[in-house]
Amino acid sequence: MLKIKIIFGLLILLSSFMLSAAIDVYQFDDPEKEKRFQHLTFELRCPKCQNQNIADSNAEISQDLRTKIFQMLNAGKSDDEIVDYMVERYGDFVLYEPRVKPQTYLLWFGPGLFLLLGLLVVVLIIRSRNKAYKEANDHAPSLSNSEAKTLDALLKTKQGKK
Amino acid sequence: MPRLLLFIPLLLFFVLAAFLWKGLSIDPRELPSALINKPFPEFSLPALQQPERILTKKDFIGRPVLVNVWATWCPSCRQEHEQLLVIAQAEELPVIGLNYKDERDLALQWLQQLGNPYQFNIYDEEGMLGLDLGVYGAPETYLLDAQGIIRHRHVGVLTAQDWLELKLIIKGWGGVEN
Repeated sequence: MLKIKIIFGLLILLSSFMLSAAIDVYQFDDPEKEKRFQHLTFELRCPKCQNQNIADSNAEISQDLRTKIFQMLNAGKSDDEIVDYMVERYGDFVLYEPRVKPQTYLLWFGPGLFLLLGLLVVVLIIRSRNKAYKEANDHAPSLSNSEAKTLDALLKTKQGKK
Repeated sequence: MPRLLLFIPLLLFFVLAAFLWKGLSIDPRELPSALINKPFPEFSLPALQQPERILTKKDFIGRPVLVNVWATWCPSCRQEHEQLLVIAQAEELPVIGLNYKDERDLALQWLQQLGNPYQFNIYDEEGMLGLDLGVYGAPETYLLDAQGIIRHRHVGVLTAQDWLELKLIIKGWGGVEN
């Protein structure tokens, strides 16, 4: 029984290795280009099967895009040029990391903005409470100089009596 | 602290909820075309029926046209074929085919069997014109004005309703009948 379990476990383990990225064979003349190819295909989203990058996707369009990227790399295009090419055709949708531009400011800076807003609210609350506390203290009846002297004298006579 | 301030978080929640609610009804598969109001990409490809004839953008500039991306491997293309024939018969708008990543023999057979709504067909075997167009499947249909500017893109099967909408768009341009 245990043997069967072990074999079964091994099979599951092995099958997970098969679930690697879609494979086509691209021969690169230098490893640096290959690295950039990996990076680009991981950074770009497949327009057809929307939750995969084009490295993982087996859709026709992804295969074509991989080929295109390969060709453009070999033609000496820069990463930016390649990404621009894709965005021109498929829109910002193909980028997993949206660009910073007026339409996406809220997306990029929103969280920081909300944090600052929260801090501001906290500071305001603390200040208003401090103010209220201070005011309460200021309005407490205080003794004039002559009253203070009388009080001291009274206390002294009290101690003297003991 | 005014009591109204205490309601701010609740208001924020409602605003957020409204946005998320709207998000539910958006179709994520519908991508805005990046090429709307941009010129149709330059190309130089053989015609499907006459392999020796090289087609370029010049072949459809001068009048509004419908460019239909199709292939024999695409079941939805068969579905919309009837509608394309109707459009071709109406003779209001020439239909140009972009035969996308297909095999010539199969495509010719298809046209013979089902009828040919196309003025001519661009044979894009490698799908590279498709890439330039931002095509990510078939069928797709593009409406071009007389200058060859892409004015409208329809992804998926073209229905009679879609055809009516296309006609309205062209009407909106105001008498580009020449």
